[in-house]
Amino acid sequence: MGAAVAAMMAAAPAAFADDLKLPRERVDLVAPPFVHPHEQATKSGPKIVEFKLTVREKEVVIDDAGTKFQAMTFNGSMPGPMMVLHEGDYMELTLVNPATNTMPHNIDLHAATGGLGGGALTHVNPGEQTVLRWKATRPGVFVYHCAPEGMIPWHVVSGMHGTVMVLPRDGLKDRDGKPLHYDRIYYIGENDLYVPKDENGKYKTYESPGESYADTMEVMRKLIPTHEVFEGRVGALTGKNALTAKVGETVMIVHSQANRDTRPHLIGGHGDYVWETGKFNNPPERDLETWFIRGGSAGAALYTFREPGIYAYVNHNLIEAVELGATAHIKVEGKWNDDLMKSIVPAAPIPPDKIGAAKPVDAVIAR
Amino acid sequence: MLIVLKLKAAAIGAAVIAPLLAASLAPPAASTVDGTVSLPASSFSYRTAGDFSRDGKPVAAPLRNIHPAGDLAIMKSQVTAAAYAQCMADGACPRVTMPAGSLDVPVVGVSWHDANAYAAWISRKTGIPHRLPTDEEWTFAAAEKARDEALPLVDPADPALAWIARYDAEAARGRPAVAKPQPTGSFGINSKGLADVAGNVWEWTSTCFVRVSLDAGTERITNTNCGVRVVEGAHRTYMTDFVRDPRTGGCAAGVPPANLGFRLVVENRWPAIALFERAIGRFRRS
Ligand SMILES: [Cu+2]
Repeated sequence: MGAAVAAMMAAAPAAFADDLKLPRERVDLVAPPFVHPHEQATKSGPKIVEFKLTVREKEVVIDDAGTKFQAMTFNGSMPGPMMVLHEGDYMELTLVNPATNTMPHNIDLHAATGGLGGGALTHVNPGEQTVLRWKATRPGVFVYHCAPEGMIPWHVVSGMHGTVMVLPRDGLKDRDGKPLHYDRIYYIGENDLYVPKDENGKYKTYESPGESYADTMEVMRKLIPTHEVFEGRVGALTGKNALTAKVGETVMIVHSQANRDTRPHLIGGHGDYVWETGKFNNPPERDLETWFIRGGSAGAALYTFREPGIYAYVNHNLIEAVELGATAHIKVEGKWNDDLMKSIVPAAPIPPDKIGAAKPVDAVIAR
Repeated sequence: MLIVLKLKAAAIGAAVIAPLLAASLAPPAASTVDGTVSLPASSFSYRTAGDFSRDGKPVAAPLRNIHPAGDLAIMKSQVTAAAYAQCMADGACPRVTMPAGSLDVPVVGVSWHDANAYAAWISRKTGIPHRLPTDEEWTFAAAEKARDEALPLVDPADPALAWIARYDAEAARGRPAVAKPQPTGSFGINSKGLADVAGNVWEWTSTCFVRVSLDAGTERITNTNCGVRVVEGAHRTYMTDFVRDPRTGGCAAGVPPANLGFRLVVENRWPAIALFERAIGRFRRS
């Protein structure tokens, strides 16, 4: 079917790109959790924004036990980089599949309209590349992923997914139209991994993605991931790699999951403004405790840090956060605010005469 | 008496065990035999384990000079998977996952209770009392490998500072390059002759978690929780006694031990007499 659609598309007049006569901008992508520099609102008119994604099949380590995994990636990271443009802009995307790879790949961009999100037009074998142009008509954060026929879920859970952010030209707003902005942006891509085990319960390793295929499919079909991770591995965003922020800063956290539902929660904080479904034409919700990211979508949350310390940002299925890896830490520096929280009596023995009873308070009743 | 011992060793027949006997019988002078190392008493400095506070604010634990009352006989190596497997085979140790390859690696994935079950079993088997070391004993035997991590001194009015400082300190430690248990001896020998101290296997101790107040210049234990024991290795930590596989995540921000294992001390207080008493006890019972 893909070939038929591709043939049909190829018959359409070529050289649209040259007819647009729009200014062009080339963007160098950066790996998550970071996002390439971008304007949050823009006064300039629509343009063509050029991006390049190179598919990298490579062995990665996904946990502290050193478990090796045959990953398939966009630009070498899990998830692939975030690509930011504004509503009305055109994305001109070059997709490269180096000859060193073993498999054909393509890209389905949920933000794009038609052609299976681009999947029908971007099928590249090892040693090929292709260029796709699509118009950003809907503001929001959207998943992109590889979608080769017959093997879509395998390529996606092997790491081939990422996020596009289409910002409104005049920037983000609350439900009353008041502008919202962020001082920092972090991009978290969550990935469910299905690693086969041998008869002794030890994770198996393979020489190439192809060799891992049959065993991995068997684990995938049971729908229980062996790992649930942010940025491709357990601990990718903790310890030395913890995210940072300062008290008073507003941080945008974009969370994408291309395959499976998740429920981000900031322990010790909130979502001040949350686009749970990730689409900026809908007003953001206020003051959320946990928000839901449907598998195959991205969401965005704004939070202004008010108290210093270590925050944990987790998938609040805590089994997945603690046992499977879906935990990030945010180290926030600044001045402690006793008004928001104060330890009144640190842990100490229970006074023997008052077990189970609060200290009686002399009530003063006004007459 | 010597004959009794020899018979006993023969009866057990396990190659692992004979050196243990030899070691415990050796004179208290510094002597190293395969199974145990006998460490002559000498004073050392020790950062007390537990949470210390003054006026409700966390402070560094006091650093003490300890003068051991006697020598310490401690296993040169961590208890191996092979040794633990024998205990499992005897039905005396809870089942834990055995490594797929060689069993000549430290047993890991063991809880404090598993370690104690092993100590009880090996004590019965050999007639020599074995037990987990106290945290002081472990620190003494670990010598230069023991890590003294005092809480950084920060503004007590700002709880986040100490918290962030501790997080940074833990993050700076990094993680062992390999998490999988390595063949015994892979992490070298310390100055006291112990193998694999502070490698990628942390060791259970018998020391309970305590909360101590230093208010008004007096040291007072305000809470003792023996459901949580001190675990020692590349860093000191506290673990619930039934945990076999340490992890962090969720609210628990920090770096967990890579693996939990153990080594035992041998009671060397008059070792020969203690043994003799035990031997008599055994005969009486039978
Ligand atoms: Cu692919």
